[in-house]
Amino acid sequence: MKSVYILSDNIITSLGFTTAENTAAIENGVVGIREVDDPALYPSAVQLSLVNSLLLEEKFAAVLATLHKKNPASSFTRLEKMFILSIHEALNTRQVSPGDPRTLFIISTTKGNVNLLENQYRATFSHKRVYLWELGRTIQQFFGFANKPLIVSNACISGVMALMTAARFLHSGAYDHAVVTGGDIASEFVISGFQSFQALSPAPCKPFDLNRTGLSLGEGCGTMILSVVPGNSDGPSIRVTGAATTNDANHISGPSRTGQELATAMKLAMNQAGLGTGDIDYICAHGTATSFNDEMESKSIDLCGLTQVPVNSFKGYWGHTLGAAGIIESVAAVSSLRKNMLYRSAGFETLGVPSPLNVIGTNLSTPLQACIKTASGFGGCNAAITIQKK
Amino acid sequence: MELLITSYSHLHDNKVVVNDRLVFYQENILKFADFIKSVYKQEQITYPKFYKMDFMSKTGFLAAELLLKETTVAGYCPESVGVILSNSSSSLDTDIAHNETIKNRSGYFPSPSVFVYTLPNIVIGEICIRNNFKGENAFFISETFNGKLLVDYVEELFINKRVEACLCGWIEVLGNNCNALMALVENSELRQQQADGNYKPIPFNAENLNLIMSRN
Repeated sequence: MKSVYILSDNIITSLGFTTAENTAAIENGVVGIREVDDPALYPSAVQLSLVNSLLLEEKFAAVLATLHKKNPASSFTRLEKMFILSIHEALNTRQVSPGDPRTLFIISTTKGNVNLLENQYRATFSHKRVYLWELGRTIQQFFGFANKPLIVSNACISGVMALMTAARFLHSGAYDHAVVTGGDIASEFVISGFQSFQALSPAPCKPFDLNRTGLSLGEGCGTMILSVVPGNSDGPSIRVTGAATTNDANHISGPSRTGQELATAMKLAMNQAGLGTGDIDYICAHGTATSFNDEMESKSIDLCGLTQVPVNSFKGYWGHTLGAAGIIESVAAVSSLRKNMLYRSAGFETLGVPSPLNVIGTNLSTPLQACIKTASGFGGCNAAITIQKK
Repeated sequence: MELLITSYSHLHDNKVVVNDRLVFYQENILKFADFIKSVYKQEQITYPKFYKMDFMSKTGFLAAELLLKETTVAGYCPESVGVILSNSSSSLDTDIAHNETIKNRSGYFPSPSVFVYTLPNIVIGEICIRNNFKGENAFFISETFNGKLLVDYVEELFINKRVEACLCGWIEVLGNNCNALMALVENSELRQQQADGNYKPIPFNAENLNLIMSRN
């Protein structure tokens, strides 16, 4: 793939409002998932990773003031505030301009403002705001993006797919830069749905662990700014070098039995990047901590001959953040590459998947050149991208 | 490399057009549910999973069945057939249905069989399961049909040899309103079989997609 450089990024989760805050918390082993007993989110207590609302409002008000915006904070939804904060922070290095027609704008979300279907919001927001393109227009107008956002909504692989789509359009020469953002909020809509699947863990999730009991939901937002020019940040350039998606063609709500399809996506991405199995230093896995997902992923990693490669899932820290997941986890992986630091896979104690994975048990400083980020989701979809230092 | 729309289907306003031919029309159907069921029956498809699908998946599924009946993709390996779809309202039709199940604390009955369809890409999964397609997939949202986006994205997949054949289109279903276009895109050099004799494949570009959308 033609050079696609990662210039700057942001993560907003329960662990903080910047990439640095999030990775510092992860380095210190802080888990953001806790029991939440809020009738507005679910009738009974559930484990969730939530963004601090007070800080969110405070920081959002500061951005409105900085940019001399007349719109009151109340005219934006919780998710829009997270998107705006995240993009604002990532754009702060001023290497890419939203108003440049050569800047592609991509949004990844699974459910957007779906919480607006609840009656309590009817008076504040027009019905149109539940449409993802209306959410997109709100953010486009806020920053003055020259281009309408390209909106990706493809279940749990949305974030990785958004990065992949950006990389492909930069590679093809259609654009020079891309602002790629992804986010979803915790809502009763989503919590009740996952609960009906009996997929939620009664304790913070434990990816790849023998005693894992399901996933933990989280909310968050992340942004990555990509460009065909290397940018002026300190340290080594980091690039997106390969990408692929596949479909299991097996079941709409359960993963492949063999893991072959995710393995195909991983191999295609590695081939495109020119990376062999020996070149991969780290796997940033999807790792939802459901029984079937982690099993399938271990088989895929095995099929790729990568069982010796250190692997983690960040969902043990901030839960499954849906449309944000692929982006914030990729940003965390980029951080690993920059710092030459492998992060412990939170919640993991004893291997509980069929193939012998090398799950990262303690933080480890080690030289890192290349990693692969994977994701899988409902609808049988799989995605993989390779990220490299060069 | 020349990319062609080698077969297409278009479902809207109680009409079904496949490769320029009107294959179904009934003026007096008021409910979308009745329309989609009538099409399924007329086509004599036997696929019990169809009855479990939400309306968007039923529509996308039928759109794919109708055009694949006119041609064959059996010679392509499963990993080289992609499905790239788009719409305006994402899964809002089923989102509203799921939301109804959690409105009241008394009578709180969220159901996994409804919830799973609250993702727009599930229709891609249904089409892939039915046809054993395992290649690239993506679902994009735009306010109105964006043929240029589909063409730009799918062309890139062909150029990078990710696909040898690709279904792409627009599956918009909300309430009783439906507009669904599905096109099979193939590389003229790799193409396996002529579609039905009366339909002449047309170049895969935004103008032709828009033309199909507006013409039928």
